[in-house]
Amino acid sequence: MMRDLKRMVWRMKTNRASLRLSMVPYSLWILLFVIAPIGLIVYYSFFDLSGNFTFENYKNFFTSVYLKLTVSSFWYAFLITFFSLLISYPTAYFLTKLKHKQLWLLLIIIPSWINLLLKTYAFIGLMGLYGPVNALLEAVGIGKQQILFTDFSFVFVSVYIFIPFMILPIFNALDKLNPALIDASRDLGANAWTTFRRVIWPLTLNGVKSGVQVVFIPALSLFMITRLIAGNKVITLGTAIEQQFLVTQNWGMGSTIAVFLILFMVVILLLTTANERGMAGSGKKR
Amino acid sequence: MKSLIRGAFLIAATAAILMIINAQLAKSGAQAGGNTLTVYNWGEYIDPDLIKQFEKETGINVIYETFDSNEGMMGKIEQGGTSYDITVPSEYMVEMMQEKDLLVPLDYDKIPNIKNIDPYFMDLPFDPDNTYSIPYFWGTLGIAYNPTLLNGQTFESWDDLWDPSLKQEAVLVDSAREVMGMSLNSLGYSLNSTNIDELREATDKLKRLSPNIKAVIGDEVTQMMMNNEAAVSLIWSGQAADMMSENEDITYVVPKEGSNLWFDNIVIPKTVKNIDGAYEFINFMLRPEVAAQNADYVGYSTPNKKALDLLDPEVVTDERYYPDEAARDHLEVYKNLGLEMLGKYNELFLEFKMNMK
Repeated sequence: MMRDLKRMVWRMKTNRASLRLSMVPYSLWILLFVIAPIGLIVYYSFFDLSGNFTFENYKNFFTSVYLKLTVSSFWYAFLITFFSLLISYPTAYFLTKLKHKQLWLLLIIIPSWINLLLKTYAFIGLMGLYGPVNALLEAVGIGKQQILFTDFSFVFVSVYIFIPFMILPIFNALDKLNPALIDASRDLGANAWTTFRRVIWPLTLNGVKSGVQVVFIPALSLFMITRLIAGNKVITLGTAIEQQFLVTQNWGMGSTIAVFLILFMVVILLLTTANERGMAGSGKKR
Repeated sequence: MKSLIRGAFLIAATAAILMIINAQLAKSGAQAGGNTLTVYNWGEYIDPDLIKQFEKETGINVIYETFDSNEGMMGKIEQGGTSYDITVPSEYMVEMMQEKDLLVPLDYDKIPNIKNIDPYFMDLPFDPDNTYSIPYFWGTLGIAYNPTLLNGQTFESWDDLWDPSLKQEAVLVDSAREVMGMSLNSLGYSLNSTNIDELREATDKLKRLSPNIKAVIGDEVTQMMMNNEAAVSLIWSGQAADMMSENEDITYVVPKEGSNLWFDNIVIPKTVKNIDGAYEFINFMLRPEVAAQNADYVGYSTPNKKALDLLDPEVVTDERYYPDEAARDHLEVYKNLGLEMLGKYNELFLEFKMNMK
């Protein structure tokens, strides 16, 4: 009895020690690569060009240029997320119905292993005035169109790039869905639309939320595609940060924009973070 | 607990081994350091055969790295941790780097070939007496266009870009000083203007250019012009030369109101490790036959007077690449306007870009 107790205490102690030890790499990582950089960004945002402490950068952010920039970043990020979701949800649903679904999923994921820049350059060729897309348009009698450097090309290429990241969490959520629930819903007289709205959608909402998260947040700060595909006709907060650091060398202003970008991201994260309890609740509602 | 101790021991042992390997590597690196030269230059800005020739002649091993913006280059040198022996900033950046004490004064006893450089290009305001820099290439900013795509339209004046017939045709380089400078020049102001009213006027004029703009991009302009994707672009002379060598329909012009005259210059940054090698390299690049071969490859204009005799006379007498001194008087060299003003230029440029639709 006594010996058992001793052994238990001993085991607990070692567990705690090994737990603490295994926390070391994680805490070091968080400290060095998450907390320290964010701290530095916040710190730099309070300094002007000559290194004096100032709130000027924050005041500057609320001038028309940066506010407009914020609104336009959000608008394009919204469009990209919306169209990604519109394409991804049915695709993911369709995938779960296939026989070799893991293989098909892999085929969708594979393009995301290819370097982003390479894919972007490929689109420049495809969408050019003498590219295959325009050749096709001409062949069917529509005639040459300026595709590159438009809102359309920007949203299209961004959606293409983000789709795998949207499909994956939705696929997982749909795949885990118990088919018996759908059968039950149909047996109880719900039609396909009601089944989708009352059963499938609420139960896969967490997948959708994580999908929205991994698309919307990076879409807010896209900057390379804005230049290569949109010819700078679309400008995001990411472009402004890049410019402040690399060209203007105004680290203070660049950091201030970055601080706001981080704040926006935190808000989006809070809004879309999957809440298990809330989920169960919404499931129970009627 | 035992496995814990074992684990800790393992980590310590690995760390020790890595440290020993690292020390060994550093030692061999230092040995090689005596015989390597790290050149930090713009992309496509040297004939690779010349690097091979230099390596063969001197036995120095050249590591060639590239950058795509003056500011990015300075950032890397300023932050340290690099060992660049040679780099090639533009004129305003020479001034800026010198202010930040990032350059080594040149010892001309070790660069006898400096005599080959045209005196016209020496002793310029951005570096009096050439204390820190030697001109490497020079050129202009102008309009490259393809008359066959534009019904034979020509461009004598910057204002021709504002022509309503050019809807969605013009491509600009994504650079604040160039685009703002163009607008300032078109209004008859200096491209080094620090007058807020003039800058405001230039921005408003740029906004009226919006309907004509197809895109504001970087080096991709060259490819687009070659492929007839774009018909007219604001671009530097050397890139225009690249376009013309691929697509004979294209021509290049420096508008009559004046434009920018720029210099890229060889300097030795403070990060230098192999200073003797650096001098040897500079002296090598200043040889007439080397400079001529390099100019032929790169396509920009060489300041090396002796090299001009070795180049194709057709190129050297071409006013578009080698404007004579009278024409050069219309041109202005960028001044370092200070970070505050550079910020203003960029802010206005951003405002213009956001109004493009």
